[in-house]
Amino acid sequence: MNKITKKTEKPDTWELRLYVAGATPKSLLAFANLKKLCEKHLAGKYTIEVIDLLKNPQLARGDQILAIPTLVRKLPPPLKKIIGDLSNTERVLVGLDLRPAKG
Amino acid sequence: MVKAINNVESPEELQKCQTGIRGLDEITDGGLPKGRPTLVCGSAGCGKTLLAMEFLVRGAAQYNEPGVFVSFEESSEELVQNVASLGFDLNGLIAHKKMYLDQVRIERSEIEETGEYDLEGLFIRLNHAIDSIGANRVVLDTIESLYSGLANEGILRAELRRLFRWLKEKGVTAIVTGERGENTLTRHGLEEYVSDCVILLDNRVEGQISTRRLRIVKYRGSSHGTNEYPFLIDEQGISVLPITSLGLQHDVSTERISSGIPRLDIMLEGDGYYRGSSILISGTAGTGKSSIAATFANATCSRGERCLYFAFEESASQIIRNMHSIGIGLQPWLEQGLLSIHAVRPTVYGLEMHLVKMYKLINEFKPEVVIMDPVTNLISIGSETEVKSMLSRLIDFLKASHITALFTNLSHAGGAVSLEQTEFGISSLMDTWILLRDIELGGERNRGLYILKSRGMAHSNQIREFLLTDRGIDLVDVYAGPGGVLTGSARSAQEAQEKAAELVRRDETGRKKRELDRKKKALEVQITALRSEFEAVEEETNKLIQQEEIKEKVLAADRAGMMRLRKADADS
Repeated sequence: MNKITKKTEKPDTWELRLYVAGATPKSLLAFANLKKLCEKHLAGKYTIEVIDLLKNPQLARGDQILAIPTLVRKLPPPLKKIIGDLSNTERVLVGLDLRPAKG
Repeated sequence: MVKAINNVESPEELQKCQTGIRGLDEITDGGLPKGRPTLVCGSAGCGKTLLAMEFLVRGAAQYNEPGVFVSFEESSEELVQNVASLGFDLNGLIAHKKMYLDQVRIERSEIEETGEYDLEGLFIRLNHAIDSIGANRVVLDTIESLYSGLANEGILRAELRRLFRWLKEKGVTAIVTGERGENTLTRHGLEEYVSDCVILLDNRVEGQISTRRLRIVKYRGSSHGTNEYPFLIDEQGISVLPITSLGLQHDVSTERISSGIPRLDIMLEGDGYYRGSSILISGTAGTGKSSIAATFANATCSRGERCLYFAFEESASQIIRNMHSIGIGLQPWLEQGLLSIHAVRPTVYGLEMHLVKMYKLINEFKPEVVIMDPVTNLISIGSETEVKSMLSRLIDFLKASHITALFTNLSHAGGAVSLEQTEFGISSLMDTWILLRDIELGGERNRGLYILKSRGMAHSNQIREFLLTDRGIDLVDVYAGPGGVLTGSARSAQEAQEKAAELVRRDETGRKKRELDRKKKALEVQITALRSEFEAVEEETNKLIQQEEIKEKVLAADRAGMMRLRKADADS
């Protein structure tokens, strides 16, 4: 498990979880995309937990993971799932409710 | 030479994985292809999930093959509850690590797709589940739900193809269920990926009666039954019943069993029916068909044999009450477990389902005698050919099991011609055919019985009058005289009349005899009188003759005296 934590001062915290299966190009790309996006939009108020299902396969059940990579927004509620390598930034922002869907 | 020790890799023959589902292993000739996925498809509510679940439960319980159930629709709790009603204790199996339930839930609304992905997560979950209990069997129910959860069909197709390949490599025997499509077996063409074995389930409604059927669409590398087989879901799970015509290869018995009616036995060469034969009792309403059937049931149980009674018209308690009135007590046999009455309306389910039910009950109860009363009622739920086909299969099955079967057949009144035509030509399937008919005469309706045919025995050709007494059934001879066939009180009257006539005749003879005696005596007297007269005449005659003789002598003496006197003269 690989944790990257950044403390925040703002009340809203973003708890994100990225499920991957080994260090595949898709996983690495997804992580890089996520990191970039978070730094830009959520600087200082997010945590990203990367879960490698090859190491912890039992964790896939809890969050209903099928697709790899999957990004799960644990906080703030409601739970959101974003699948894919996160290369479509617009859709990731919509998925994370950082940008209104119609906008 | 290297011997093939590991027969799993033997290339010649396909390895089979027994499902344990009654009947399915027979039509698949040993089970599903081992280590390969099988597609089970059908429309909603046709029993796909149950079939898949039973495959796992039986595998775990009977063949010690643990199984993984991945549900894409129902939650684990729902699944446990749903199959608990069928007597499957999933929680127990899960606790013993014989079963692993996993629910894959996918909500399109929760998911945003942002680029390339694959379904490695599913593979990992599946792999983890299989490895955690060492599973040999896997069920994916219904994997097509993924199509509604994921938008990218291209990825999905590729991943499903990879999944089935992966399952094969993993060496698990898998059942994949799929929803029936419009013109295809499955809505999303799963049959493209699963090419080894495809089973189609169907739940058809005909005439408001639904019948579940199962068909093996394909089974690569194996022989299999190609028909549609009806199947049943009951408290013990699924039973597929491969009841096709079993053919005519069964052995026959020469053993005889009593019909329970002594005089009927006498009519049948004195010994009754052949064991394992089929008997048809036909007659119009109220001719006593059920009574004959119940008497036979009673006789069977008295011998300590089992009898299974299918009633399509009366409830069990009604039969018992009615038969009590003619002195047949069936209640004790029920209590001893020798008799089992299954009363059900024919319209409750379809013809095939009836057959399946009967087949199942017969296999469970193992009776020596089966009674169906009346078989005619089945026609209300099927066409003639269907009923005939069903009955011929039932009879084949019964004969192969050496079970004696008695069917009653309600024929409609309307003359002797229609009486001798059974409704669906089932008489040709029967070995013994007993006809009951009403004989209306002199303002009375009486019952007559005769044997129309009885294969393999020299049966009586007589019509007997059939009486229901409080001591059971009695057969009496009918009056067959110059006045025709008489029954009932006409017969009694005729008999009384004959008796009287005979009495009169006997009197007459006596009188004539006496008269003759008298005449004889008179004649004798006459003879005596004549004789004495004759004697008197004879005496008189003798006397006359004597006198004549004396007179002659005297005359002769006189003549001699004269001659002596005249001698001188004469000699000169």
